[in-house]
Amino acid sequence: MLVLIGCSFVLAVGFLIAFIWMVKSGQIDDDYTPSVRILFDDKIKDDEQ
Amino acid sequence: MKDNKIETVCHHCGDICNDGILPYKNKNFCCVGCKNVFMLLLENNLTDYYNIEAAPGKSMKNVQKEKFAYLDDTVVQSKIIQYSDDKIARLQFTIPSIHCSSCIYLLENIYKIAEGIVSVRVNFLKQTASIVYNVNKMSLRQLVELLAKIGYEPHLSMNDIGEKRQANTNRKLYFQIGVAGFCFGNIMLISFPEYFGLDVGTKQYFSNAFAYINLGLSIPVFFFSGQDYLFGAYRGLRKKMVTIDVPLAIGLVVLFVRNCYEILSGTGIGYCDTLAGLVFFLLIGKWFQQKTYESLSFERDYKSYFPISVMTINDGVYTPIAINKLKVGDRILIRNNEIIPADSILLKGQANIDFSFVSGEKEPIRKELGEVVYAGGRQTNGNLELEVCKLTEQSYLTQLWSNNVFAKETDSQVGTFQTKVSKYFTWILLAVAFSAAIFWMVFDNSKVIHAFTSVLIIACPCALALSSPFALGNAMRNLGRNQFYLKSANVVEKIANINTLVFDKTGTITQNEQAVISYEGDTLSATDKILITVAARNSIHPLSIRIANFLNCNENMLVQSFKEYAGKGISAHIAGHEVLLGSAQFLNIPHKEVNELSTLIYVSIDKKVKGFFQINHSYRNGLDNVIKQVSKENNLHLLSGDNNSEEPLLRNIFPSSANLLFKQSPSDKLLYISNLQANNNKVMMFGDGLNDAGALKAAYVGVSVSEDTSSFSPSSDVIMDANRFEHLPQFLQYCKNTMGVIYISFCLSLAYNIVGLSYAVSGTLSPIIAAILMPISSVTVIGFTSIATYLLAKKMNIKHI
Repeated sequence: MLVLIGCSFVLAVGFLIAFIWMVKSGQIDDDYTPSVRILFDDKIKDDEQ
Repeated sequence: MKDNKIETVCHHCGDICNDGILPYKNKNFCCVGCKNVFMLLLENNLTDYYNIEAAPGKSMKNVQKEKFAYLDDTVVQSKIIQYSDDKIARLQFTIPSIHCSSCIYLLENIYKIAEGIVSVRVNFLKQTASIVYNVNKMSLRQLVELLAKIGYEPHLSMNDIGEKRQANTNRKLYFQIGVAGFCFGNIMLISFPEYFGLDVGTKQYFSNAFAYINLGLSIPVFFFSGQDYLFGAYRGLRKKMVTIDVPLAIGLVVLFVRNCYEILSGTGIGYCDTLAGLVFFLLIGKWFQQKTYESLSFERDYKSYFPISVMTINDGVYTPIAINKLKVGDRILIRNNEIIPADSILLKGQANIDFSFVSGEKEPIRKELGEVVYAGGRQTNGNLELEVCKLTEQSYLTQLWSNNVFAKETDSQVGTFQTKVSKYFTWILLAVAFSAAIFWMVFDNSKVIHAFTSVLIIACPCALALSSPFALGNAMRNLGRNQFYLKSANVVEKIANINTLVFDKTGTITQNEQAVISYEGDTLSATDKILITVAARNSIHPLSIRIANFLNCNENMLVQSFKEYAGKGISAHIAGHEVLLGSAQFLNIPHKEVNELSTLIYVSIDKKVKGFFQINHSYRNGLDNVIKQVSKENNLHLLSGDNNSEEPLLRNIFPSSANLLFKQSPSDKLLYISNLQANNNKVMMFGDGLNDAGALKAAYVGVSVSEDTSSFSPSSDVIMDANRFEHLPQFLQYCKNTMGVIYISFCLSLAYNIVGLSYAVSGTLSPIIAAILMPISSVTVIGFTSIATYLLAKKMNIKHI
């Protein structure tokens, strides 16, 4: 039983580390631009005139 | 559309093509600049720019070359570039013209145009672009010129150099929330058996292990996540101020100590869940309140208005020099539309300087050779050569910043409702705790400590501490949706307290565009036009100047006599004709009724009345209505840097009790505000230019009214979009009503406290009651304030989330 608690705890700490990593890499610094950026298409050359 | 002709809109910038249309590939353009940008984008296959949003570009009519020569200077470069090696350089520009998704698209694909650019990353909200470029293929100057060429000129000012951007300080709060949330969740999970009274049976070591894990988890909550409250309370007490942090810190410390004691001594399981939950909710409240408008700067001073550098002339050699290196006696070259960086003497050129931003005067001022030209003016007529006679920091205008209102760091906590309440709250709390302790000392000695600490724990004013952040934060967000941007949420409360409004005139209650003039009456012959122009040109009255500009005649005629009658009109004899310009009364004819915001100037030539010019004053829409509404509850004042030619008009708009003052210098305004406040008035000052900067700073609430919120505005508490001016009374009322919401939610949280205290005083508080009561009270308060502020905004027709 203690092993299970240990496992759940390790998992939770993993998420905490992921969260800290996310903040450090600047993902929360700009919460608007990426939502626009993802909609841009890569254009194939010379498809218009 | 007033005219019947079809207006052609520029495909690039969306402006109406007034000066002819330039067609290219079935698209119409207003100027060569716009067309060139289109051609450049077409060539590089970036025409998606025009598909994402319609006409996203910036008008290219007023672009000048040679402007960025100073960027070749290595000293300037080193201040702008954040990192560079022998291959690449990285920097970050603020680009005020970023305004739509097309902008992001174009800037991030700009590497397709210029090979030297490695990557561009736009932050839309901050209006910044992080650029990496290849130093071997491109110079900084070329980079900036390319950006300027496609309409995205970076904002380069004295303020931006020398200050490297620091990492986001907000991140610490996210870490704290993350840790608190993590610990809160896990403690709850581990406390479940206890909540439900599950029998862990014979295995006593489980509940011991759980208790120790909980204690371990509450350590980072207390020392890391909750540290700001502990330090805040300490700082407050040192200043002899009991802020809301004090009762919070008492609660946190008591909780933590009691947890340690109970768990280590094995007498109980402690209140770890309450501790973690408390800190978690508090931090959420703080995060909610801390939203800031990143693209707006509330702390600007004159440095961000002045350019980085200026051209100096030394024996015919032109060298760019950083403004802070200018010396007295330097000769400088100012090109058309450039800003004069320091008080200087005019040596060469036709100075026609627009001081509207500095002094509030509308019309450009002509300066003669040898006169002193003040820093901050913008040259509007060709190039000038000047000799610097005072350093930038000591110039007439920038001296204002040495006034001590700019040195004063205002503590936002002082005098807020929350601070006032928490003072009483803390004393009452301590009184209750000690009386409970004394009571049990008499009746049951074993319960003394339990009752005492329970009171301090359960009364920890979490809900109270949350009511202000959520109500004010919501109000701030809703106002932000209406382009009424507050520097911080506390400003809502300040606005609710004001009783005096002070307005600047030019640019604040007037629009920046020129007044609209029209002529009605008999058709004017060419000679008539010349006669009127010549007569009007002799007068310096702003209305005469406008009429002269409106007729736009260059011919000259001999003026035999000229007389100006103050407040009435002018009469002139020109080439044998008698010209009269003035009011109906002046010309002895019946007056025509028009709305009070426009002036009629009648014309008569050789005693024959020809007609009149109607000059519509460019007051902001709904100004009279705004003034009428706000004057009910506030005293009004007007401080104008302009002359008093518009006083009669303004008298009609403002109530008779209002104080209208003209020809006020920047320091006059500052002094006036300080005097008002010395008499216990809570002043809200509305201004727009550098000349109001002192007054805005000195005022209890400074509002800078701006036509373009991303461009320069002096430091203030609120930045307001000028187009929203007519809604001002609603905004003020909304702030007042928001305070009402806070009062009610405050009572709510007190009610919860009383329930909790009844358990605590009787010595029957158990961890599970604390763990239920604390989140419930917090959630109620958060829910109530959010719904109430939402409903308020809806009822008052304020755009809301």
